[in-house]
Formats: sequence, C-alpha cells, structure tokens
Amino acid sequence: MEDEPHRCFSFLPTFLPLHILIYTPNPVLPEHNRTKSAAVFFHILTMIISRFLRRGISTSTSPTRRRSWWDHVTPALKDLINAVTDAFLADPCPYKINLGVGAYRDDEGKPVVLQWVREAEGKIGATNFLESTSTAISSKLVEESAKLIYREDLDVIKERRFAGIPALSGTGACRIFAEFQKRFYPDSTIYFPDPTWSNHRNIWGDAHVPGRTFHYYHPDSKGLNFVALMDDVKNAPDGSFFLLHPCAHNPTGVDPTDEQWREISSLFKVKNHFPFFDVAYQGFASGDVERDAQAIRIFLEDGHSIGCAQSFAKNLGLYGHRVGCLSILCNDKIQAVAIKSQLKQISNAMYSSPTIHGISLVSKILSNPDIKALWLKEVKVMATRIQRMRATLREALERLRSPLNWQHITNQAGMFCFSGLTRAEVDQLAKEFHIYMTHDGRISMASVTTKNVDYVARAIHEVTASNRDIKILHNIGAYKVNTDICSTSLGTNKTRARGMNLAL
Amino acid sequence: MASTLLSLASATPSASLCFHEINKGKLNLGCINKEKTNPFIKAKSFGRVSMVVASNVSHFEGITMAPPDPILGVSEAFKADDHELKLNLGVGAYRTEELQPYVLDVVKKADKLLLEKGENLEYLPIEGLAAFNKVTAELLFGADNPVIKQQRVATVQGLSGTGSLRLAAALIERYFPGAKVLISSPTWGNHKNIFNEARVPWSEYRYYDPKTVGLDFEGMIADIKAAPEGSFILLHGCAHNPTGIDPTPEQWGVIADVIQEKNHIPFFDIAYQGFASGSLDTDAASVRMFVARGMEVIAAQSYSKNLGLYAERIGAINVVCSSPEAAARVKSQLKRIARPMYSNPPVHGARIVANIVGDSALFKEWNAEMEMMAGRIKNVRHKLFDSLSSKDKSGKDWSFVLKQIGMFSFTGLNKAQCDNMTNKWHVYMTKDGRISLAGLSLAKCEYLADAIIDSYHNVS
Repeated sequence: MEDEPHRCFSFLPTFLPLHILIYTPNPVLPEHNRTKSAAVFFHILTMIISRFLRRGISTSTSPTRRRSWWDHVTPALKDLINAVTDAFLADPCPYKINLGVGAYRDDEGKPVVLQWVREAEGKIGATNFLESTSTAISSKLVEESAKLIYREDLDVIKERRFAGIPALSGTGACRIFAEFQKRFYPDSTIYFPDPTWSNHRNIWGDAHVPGRTFHYYHPDSKGLNFVALMDDVKNAPDGSFFLLHPCAHNPTGVDPTDEQWREISSLFKVKNHFPFFDVAYQGFASGDVERDAQAIRIFLEDGHSIGCAQSFAKNLGLYGHRVGCLSILCNDKIQAVAIKSQLKQISNAMYSSPTIHGISLVSKILSNPDIKALWLKEVKVMATRIQRMRATLREALERLRSPLNWQHITNQAGMFCFSGLTRAEVDQLAKEFHIYMTHDGRISMASVTTKNVDYVARAIHEVTASNRDIKILHNIGAYKVNTDICSTSLGTNKTRARGMNLAL
Repeated sequence: MASTLLSLASATPSASLCFHEINKGKLNLGCINKEKTNPFIKAKSFGRVSMVVASNVSHFEGITMAPPDPILGVSEAFKADDHELKLNLGVGAYRTEELQPYVLDVVKKADKLLLEKGENLEYLPIEGLAAFNKVTAELLFGADNPVIKQQRVATVQGLSGTGSLRLAAALIERYFPGAKVLISSPTWGNHKNIFNEARVPWSEYRYYDPKTVGLDFEGMIADIKAAPEGSFILLHGCAHNPTGIDPTPEQWGVIADVIQEKNHIPFFDIAYQGFASGSLDTDAASVRMFVARGMEVIAAQSYSKNLGLYAERIGAINVVCSSPEAAARVKSQLKRIARPMYSNPPVHGARIVANIVGDSALFKEWNAEMEMMAGRIKNVRHKLFDSLSSKDKSGKDWSFVLKQIGMFSFTGLNKAQCDNMTNKWHVYMTKDGRISLAGLSLAKCEYLADAIIDSYHNVS
C-alpha cells in the first residue's frame, strides 16, 4: 500500500517524544536521510494544516486512500493484569506458572466449573430465553443477593428497604454506582484504599468522579496501617464517599480485624461518610460466607445506609457469565423505588440488563437449599486449598532459610498475597523462572498448587536472596514500586492524558 | 494473624437494641459504653457514643423517580389489564401466531451442544469471544468483503445493541469531543439516553413524514447537509425502528453521497438483520454499499431479535477503518472503554452465536427460521392491510402498512388516538403511534383494523 506524503505522519501518535522514537523515513520525498528535527517540523505542520481543514485533504483521487478518521487514536496501553496473562501465554517454557489473574485453579492448576453450576445448568434449560420472565428472575436475584450479604433477618431486608439491580459482575456494579454517585453528587470524590484493585480508578474515572486515596497497606509490617487509615478517614471532608473491601482485600490480602472495623464504622458515623463495599470474595477469605460478611454486618449494626457491589465471578465460579448485584440501602420503600428507577435508567443506557443465563443460575443456587448447601461446601474447599497453599509456601521459604520475614503470606487472606517483591524481582521471576505475576508483586495464591509450590518458593528465595545486600531497602523499595504502579494520588487529584492512560 | 480472621465476638444483645432504635428513627444517643476498646477483650459493645441523628438522614434523600421507560411501561400496563380481548403491540419482541414467545430451534440445539461440551466459564478477553467476533463481522459485511480480508474492521463483542452503541458513543466522546450525532426523528427511544449518558451531543434529522406516513427524504437530506462537517449520522441499517420505513436502494445511494460530501461518519444501528426481508444478505445491503465505497463506517449489531437472544445480551460494535493499523488502535481503545464498564463481556450468548453461524448446518437452519419469522410478519401485514381496506370506506390509503418493513409499523395515529386504542379497545402500543406487528396474530387482524379505523376517524 503506497503511502501518501502525510500518511506516515498521520498515524504517529500525537506525543512528540514517542513520535521521534518511531519516525520512519518517507520514500516519496526526495531526501531519505532527513533529520529528526525536520521530521518533527513537518509533522507539526501537517497536524496543524489537517486539523484546520478538518480532514478535508485527500492527496489521492481514490476514496480508499482517503485519510482515516482514526489517525489520532493512539494504541491504548494494555490492561496490566491481562498483559501478565499475555506474556505468560507467549512463553514457550513448559513449566511456566501464571500467578497473575485472580481466577481459582484446582490443585492440578486447572480452571474449575463448580459442581453446583452443572446441577443448576441442567435445571435451567431453554426457558431462560423468554424475556417476559426476566423481570421476575432479576428481582429474585437481587433479593437473594441482599440476603446473602446483609443477613436475612434484618428489618431493612425484611421490609425491602433497599434498591438493587443485577449488574455485570463486580465491575458493572461499581460502574453503575459510580455513575449514580456522579449524577446525584456531581462534585464528590471517591476514596480508595492505597493500594486497591487496578480497575477501580478507571471505573470511577470514566464516570468522571475523581479518586483519592486513604492509607491502608503498611509496607514494613505487610499489614494494615490502621493509625494512618483512621487519620485519613478523620481528615476527609464530612460526607465523603469511601470504597471499602470487606474481606480478602485485593491486592494485599490484608483485612482489618473486627475491632478495627468497629472503630472505622463509628468514625464513619461521626463523619457521616458513605461506605461503599466492593464484595468480590465473600466466602473466599475464611471459607465461610457469613464470616466474610462480618465487616458489612458491623456497619449495618451501626445503622449505616451502605451501598454494595457484589461479584459472583469467583465465589460462585461464574467468571465468564458476568453476574453480580448492586444494592443501596434506603430509609424507606419509596426512596428504594426511586433509587432503583435511577439505577435502571443508568444501566439501560449502558447495556440494558445483564444476561438472563447468569442471573438464572445465581438465583437458582441461592434460593434452592440443596444446591446452596453444595455451593457452600465447594466454597469452603476452595478457600481451604488456598489457605493450605499459603501455609505451604511460607513453610517452604522458611525451610530454605530465607532471611526475610514471610509471615505475611499466612497473615493475609483471600486469593492474593502481596509478596513485597520489587518490580525488578518480579521481572527476574518472569525472565529466569517463567513465573508471572503483576508488577506490584501480587501473587494469586489460587494458582499455587502442591506440584508447583516448591518451585515457586525456590524461585522467590533465589531472587530475594541475591539482593541480600540491599535487603534493608527491600521494604521501602517495594512500597515505592507499589505506589508508582498503583498511581496513588496520596491526597491530590491527578488528571491524565487521554489515550495515554495507564489502563490499570 | 490468620487467627484474627476467625476470632472475635459478633453482635451482642445490647448492640442489636441500638440498631433497632436507630432503624426506627428514634432520636437517641446510642450506646454509651464505659469499656474502652481493647482488642484482647471480646467487646461487649462498641465502646463509644454513636451520633444517631446523622445516621437517620440518608445520603440519597432527595432522589426522585426516574421517568418510566415508555416502551417497557406499555408491557406493564398490558399485564395489569385483564380484558379478554387485550392486545400487546408494545415491545418489539417476536411472538408466534399463538402470541407466545419463541425460542428458535437452532438456539435450543446450540444450547444443548454447549451443555454437553461442558466448557469452562473463564473470563473472556475484554474484546469478547474471538470466534464470535469473526463470524459477526463476516455476517454483516460478507465473508469475502475486502475490509475483512484486509483486517480493517475493529470488532468488539458488546452487550447487544445497547452495549455496542454505548461503546461507540464513548469512543466518539473521547476522540471527537464536541462532535454531534444526528439521529432520525423519530428513532428508538433509548438512543437519546445512550448519547446523553455518554455525554455526546445529538440533534435530529427529519425522517418521518406524517402526511405520507412515509419517508421525508428531502428533509432528511437537507438536515444531513446542514449538519457541521464531521458529524456522525446514525442510520438504521434496515427495518427502521419505530417507523418501519426504510430508504430505497437509490435513496441510500444519495444519502451516502451527501455523507461523503460533508465528511460525515455513517453510524449504523443494525438490530434486525434478517428480520426485515427474511434474508441476512439483503438486509445488510445498505451497510455493504457504504463500505464498498471505501467509507469508514461504525456499525452496531444485535442478536436479540434475529436469534431471539434478547436476554442473553449479545451483539457487537464494528468500526471499519482505512487501514489495519487504525483498526488495531481503535480496537485497543474500545477495550480500554469496556474494561471499566464491565471488564469483559458475558460468554454464553457469544458461544451460541458462534456455534450457529460457524456451523453450516445450523446456519442453514437459522436462515430457514428467520424466513419463517419474517414471513409471518409479512403475512400479518397483508392481512391487516386487507382488513383495513375492506372495513374502511373512507378511501384512506392504508398501503403504508405494506410498504413499511420489519417488526414495527407507524400507524400515523396521534397520542389521543393511541389513548383511545388502549382505553377503548385494550390495544397497547407506544404513544407515538407505533405498533409491533410481531405481537399481532392473523386471528386478531380484524379486531385491530376495527380499533384503528375507529381511533383514526372518531378521535382527534
């Protein structure tokens, strides 16, 4: 395909430094050895001219050669978590290990279709497709989801004083809430724990709600920085919106104790903050769904009217079906109806409704006592396996006489372990040992098996022991890397260049 | 410590008492407790004063009801009516002659195959199922289309038509800030919501001519010409919703001329491919014509109606670009938009479509079922036209019923007349005069004809 004179300029990104890096000589113009500065000059000139003329220029008579509408669209940076999987897939090494994405694997390292899913699928059949039954099934899902997270016997549940809609898993629920928050509190911000799941920032960002952070992870103790957390909660303006992980914090696995939750809750009351819970791992932290909802129950006892995004991707093993629920507790039924109508309107303009297939599966399992019992057993099996792997990994590292403290592996809970590995160590693990994880050192314990745990331990020991001399800096280094990667604002808002967003 | 996760007391009686009082809205000072919080003592209660007054005021006190959806509201009103002759011509969902919802046989087969295969439920990639993306683009553009061979189409699986439109709207907002989308007057009610929520400005181009109950072609062309250069023109690929009025092939050619002249971008919403004429290829003719001219085109697809997969939310957004590099970049940005919306799309509907379209036997069966569905609607149109012509002696020209195409028909009735249809005749339709022929059976055509004639002549 022949290039028009300005074509090779036109699909270069607008950012000058990158442009200079990837400029290629233009065969059409007489001089092949043009200097980079001349190229830049022509590029700017062309951009100005073409922008001014609104792409009316066509240097060729054939319509197919017309300049593209999409020239100024730069390639988006890859989603960091998916990028780990991509790198893993591209690796030809036969004993490679993917500790990146948070999806449960059995002890053979294989994805699992839970037994309860097979049971429920058999019962659903093609009756699903009738759109007339959608509303009824959706309501059932919301009702059962609320009972699961809030407790059946609460007045607010019995009296239906909550607004809820099915959502596209946790992401969808958070996004609908973010849009709702923007609609009714257009000047508000959202406080995320530092660090948090990489997609949170983009979810609220795309809803035009600026994100701030509050202290959470303590890199020295590899545990909770409770004092700083309470300080940040206290110093935030009254009535701020906070995002909280009620259990199995992603990515650190560090959860507050019940007592700490109580204190957080009471401070929230004093400050009139709005707590929004992202519940992605109910059942995965302790193996007990009731136990894992304890933080939320504590807030409810204190009378907070909270909001909740529930994901059924991991605990019900429904990853690809994208089922979740967004609920907001209200004062009375009238308010609940009003809020629900607003949530529906927001979701109608985004995707109308989630799939009936996933919704049917979830409402079937939650409302059928036999299938539910089966599910609860399976959740316990999954959580227990992860806990066992945590203990095994830690023991293996200690047996190798690693000089570092690996207590946090068993202190932390849920799917992930925030290992404290530095970016350099993570890269080394990938390059030399073919073990893949996200750059912040987050390990998906769900992908550790009895077969690979020794290898993983040895590899971690190797990369950390070789940096023995700079071990004092290890903790600080890890924290710094984490803050860079997670792009914390530490109290200040950052604006980002469009198209160059870190697609975290 | 791992142990901390498993220990510590749950709520105590005194705590639940506080909760009850709080919930019932009584003003009280909460639970004052003299014990200081001590992590090693199992707490009896909270050890602090709770400010109950603040907790009673919800953050969302002043939130009002959103306006009811005009289309779905019709179905609700229909359900509430227990008159025996009631007829629901509201929402555009296909019904059999017995007015029952219809699950396509080919879908049942595909679903069964999936169940037998027992595939895992892992996350799809952000752009969706690769097999689905391949077949959906081929279905729309034709497998031999040069744009596909040259890899110039960015295809991303979306949540049916709505979700796909929203992805495109977000792309427009991000990369063409200030650019307007022109939508037909009238158009599907949710189009405006989607663009509003995506913060994309829109305006209307004339489309429906109430005098002829047909297309206001001059008005349409004039409005497209008058729009600022570089606008996005939203076009219905076939079976216009709500009017059922489609441009002729010649008219499509003129529309394409004007769009090229003004450097606009054509943005197709194809929700009824196969449903208009019964042929998947014929119904894609308008899109293919624009693409054949070398234009860059956006096209949103939905499988809700033609495969009856309404509730599985399966569709796609396609952006035809002038080069494979542009297509790759655009695709990456669509993914960037999708990730904070729902991370990755649902797997089930995608697998069904991929199985059906990808298997020649199932694909043939689908074509046959599609012809059957579109055929039923054509028959109903004929019967309705015959009933209207024979019963109405006023000489009014009812031929628009035959000229219009697809699931919907714009009757030309005004709001008062529509109210009469509902209140007197228990015929439920949207207030813009739209009826869904998919909800009409041959048996009820005469009754409907009576209702329309009465409303048209006796109500103003």
